[in-house]
Amino acid sequence: MQAATTLESRATRGTQLALTILAVILSVGAYVLVVLGKTGKAPPDIVAFVAAMSAAFLIAHFVVVRLAPGADPVLLPTAAVLSGLGYAMIYRLDPGRAGDQFGWLMLGLGLFVLTLFVIRDHRVLDGYTYTIGLAGVAFLLLPVAPGIGRTINGARLWVGVGPLVFEPAEIGKVLLVIFLASFLNAKKELLAMATRRIGPLHFPELRYMGPLLVAWAISLAVLFLEKDLGSSLLFFGIFTAMLWTATGRASYLVLGVVLFAIGAFIGYSAFAHVQDRVTIYLHALDPQHLHADGYQVAQAQFAMATGGMVGTGLGQGYPDLIPSVWTDFIFAAFGEELGLFGVTALLLLYVALIGRGFRAALAREDGFSKLLGAGLTTAVALQTFIIVGGVTRLIPLTGITLPFVSYGGSSLVANFVLLALLIRVSAPPPAHAPTRARGRPRATERAESQPTVQTPRGEPA
Amino acid sequence: MMDRQIRRLALAFLALFAVLFAQANYLQVFASSRYANNPANQRLLLQEYAVDRGDILARDGQTVLARSRPTKGKFEYLRVYPNGPLYADVTGYYSIVFGRYGAEASENDYLAGRAPELLPQNLVDEILGRPKRGATVVTTINAGLQQAARRALGSLPGGVVALDPRTGEVLAMVANPSYDPNPLASHDPAVVRQARRALLRAPGKPLLSRASQELFPPGSTFKLVTASAALENGMRPSTTFPNPPALQLPNSTAMLHNFGGEHCVGGAAQLTLAQALTVSCNVVFGEIGLRLGAAKLVEQAQKFGFDKAVPFELPFEEGSIPPVSEFAGALSFVATSAIGQQDVQANPMQMALVGAAIANGGVEMEPHVVKEIRDADGRVVKEIKPSVFGQPISARTSAELTAMMVSVVTAGTGTAAQIPGVQVAGKTGTAETPSGKPHAWFVSFAPARNPRIVVAVVVLNGGDLGSDATGGAVAAPIAKAVIQAALRG
Repeated sequence: MQAATTLESRATRGTQLALTILAVILSVGAYVLVVLGKTGKAPPDIVAFVAAMSAAFLIAHFVVVRLAPGADPVLLPTAAVLSGLGYAMIYRLDPGRAGDQFGWLMLGLGLFVLTLFVIRDHRVLDGYTYTIGLAGVAFLLLPVAPGIGRTINGARLWVGVGPLVFEPAEIGKVLLVIFLASFLNAKKELLAMATRRIGPLHFPELRYMGPLLVAWAISLAVLFLEKDLGSSLLFFGIFTAMLWTATGRASYLVLGVVLFAIGAFIGYSAFAHVQDRVTIYLHALDPQHLHADGYQVAQAQFAMATGGMVGTGLGQGYPDLIPSVWTDFIFAAFGEELGLFGVTALLLLYVALIGRGFRAALAREDGFSKLLGAGLTTAVALQTFIIVGGVTRLIPLTGITLPFVSYGGSSLVANFVLLALLIRVSAPPPAHAPTRARGRPRATERAESQPTVQTPRGEPA
Repeated sequence: MMDRQIRRLALAFLALFAVLFAQANYLQVFASSRYANNPANQRLLLQEYAVDRGDILARDGQTVLARSRPTKGKFEYLRVYPNGPLYADVTGYYSIVFGRYGAEASENDYLAGRAPELLPQNLVDEILGRPKRGATVVTTINAGLQQAARRALGSLPGGVVALDPRTGEVLAMVANPSYDPNPLASHDPAVVRQARRALLRAPGKPLLSRASQELFPPGSTFKLVTASAALENGMRPSTTFPNPPALQLPNSTAMLHNFGGEHCVGGAAQLTLAQALTVSCNVVFGEIGLRLGAAKLVEQAQKFGFDKAVPFELPFEEGSIPPVSEFAGALSFVATSAIGQQDVQANPMQMALVGAAIANGGVEMEPHVVKEIRDADGRVVKEIKPSVFGQPISARTSAELTAMMVSVVTAGTGTAAQIPGVQVAGKTGTAETPSGKPHAWFVSFAPARNPRIVVAVVVLNGGDLGSDATGGAVAAPIAKAVIQAALRG
């Protein structure tokens, strides 16, 4: 590595170390406050807890420094503080579940390290387009499989093998983003070719709209077969965003919205549970819903309203009045106990994570990396928007976890794998990366680096 | 080039997160109080139940009317009423479903520890990290007298109110039927709803106190008001009135009869006002009413508190008399109102206030049931001083009425209230009801020369005597028992 980048990456390393330590301090601080609020005494396992948290995140930090030099220094600490605050809140809500969450956090960090260790250059993934794509669809539809699929809370999105139950859609999401990055990067010129013009919009040939229709069909299948509104919306959203990013064709966005509208209409007409969600969204506080199907959403509104500007203080509120508050509704628990200040801090952490993610995508030269970075970031951003919007009753609720914060092993582990890939994208690729790889690309037209044979030459200016 | 799209995507998400931020602001700041105060939001209730709510005590500072017991549930303190229904008409109840009632409602700021007087203690607790504690409400209720009143009333439907005429302190207040506030204070909403449903279905509306909230025709006890108006308007106890067997009502074919259709005092041609009150002569009082006219009768009733807002810590329905305008075309109503029938209504609390004004030299004190507030460390932070409601009658009228009421007990309809060695002043009432079973009333005070206690009693629908009941036979013995208990203790 050259002198300039060494200096630069040393500074970056310092930043990441400082931020990681800050994240550990915030996480431990929140945990101590929670235990103090619950028992009036400092947690007896405080030393062990600090040691474990510090060790886990510092190991992750050094692995990033070692295996992904020059990586974005903000991504890991942001995810660390989100998962640390999430852990503290889960402990506050139910110490029993916090034990599970701690295990999953460690597993997630382990897979984070493993991902960085195994995938030294994310562009190798570009060589397994269809393998990964098929795996992604398989994971997505695995819960439908007889025998292993499990229905929990009316949605069939779980797979159980013996005592082990997990949500394959979470890892399927990561695989599909990789597949789409690879597939769309390869086909983007074809897909961008416009032959028809309707008004101001240029439409591609019908046969090139195939992928969009396939993605739409898969999303509908998820909706129909698994009754999983959240994942369905998330996948279709990710796909549409990535297709548009790859082609720059506004017509795909319009088509996406139209297909979404049709899908939503079909879902609304065909499924009572979709209708229920809309009814609850509109009438959660009406007397006939308040104590029945609208209870959870109404309680979330009450929780946030009671929390007000500054919140009741950790451990001082009543977030446990919200059924299953530790998973999808954990945002409302933050709203109640840490107030508007607390949720603003959470939202800003996500904005930082998402901004850094898109920045990483912009920093890479090759189309695959750009699409992968943008796709992974979109996945986190859209998922966060869908669940926070649902909990705050900005949009109808579709059950889905709050990335890094919610209780849930599949989600936490998958998001740490996603984070590892995003950090990998943010780092200058080892073999083919030119020294100017870091920093914001400015040139409107510049030579595309050619890491793999699959990447087509040149970009239309 | 994709960078353009990626930047736009980033901007789009920034915008979406700005909308999330705006929505959080809406929920937590702009619409916060509207959502938070939704009755279905238990959080404010849970915060309230996390406070060690103060006790409600009798005036001895020992007897517990209501206290809080820590629980292991999500509501941290359970309200307990150790004496069940005995003090229900004073304490009210404290319910997670139906809110607060009675003293639990009116004294809530003290009980919950958030009244301004408690600020110093709250600050100390805050600094020392102690949980917030509620203040103790010491009532004016005399525990022994309350029990005596409950025993005296027994299972008869009705109510008893005992006041100290000099201060307006409520010494006892019982009603039948009453209710046990404990199930209403349960932390299980199903138990609470079930208990309340049962109470709402139960005959006699147990949740509405017959001592102070329901209204009944006061019958002849209202003659105290009519006599007051007469004495205040130039008539004397010695003023004589014709004494026919029945009174021909003006502009009407109806006749006003005496109780039992008798001719008062064996058919004497003339009776004095004093004689008429002693024997409770309807015919003479009908005549007095007609001579006074509606305006003076209504005015006198209002001076005693009828149709006025009388300040009291507990729910109180003041007595009522129709406005003067309603008597305009119906002169006969003045005669029937003067004997406490027609649309005149009252309850023991109202009639006790009338008695208290007569007993206290004409000065009516505001009734009150709270004596003092003590903080959690036992310091008195507020003492309730007696205050005057008004002076409905002069001292002279008061003295003259007292003398007449003494003769009611010594030689009239109220002999059942006689107590050896104590001069008791009283007035009976036997109010006609559509059922034919009259309401039996007695309003009394003692000792007549220096009154320390006023007792008003109503027993509905004749109690155990049915249609044969009179105020003297049914209500006077109850008042006597309460007075005896008060003067003994």
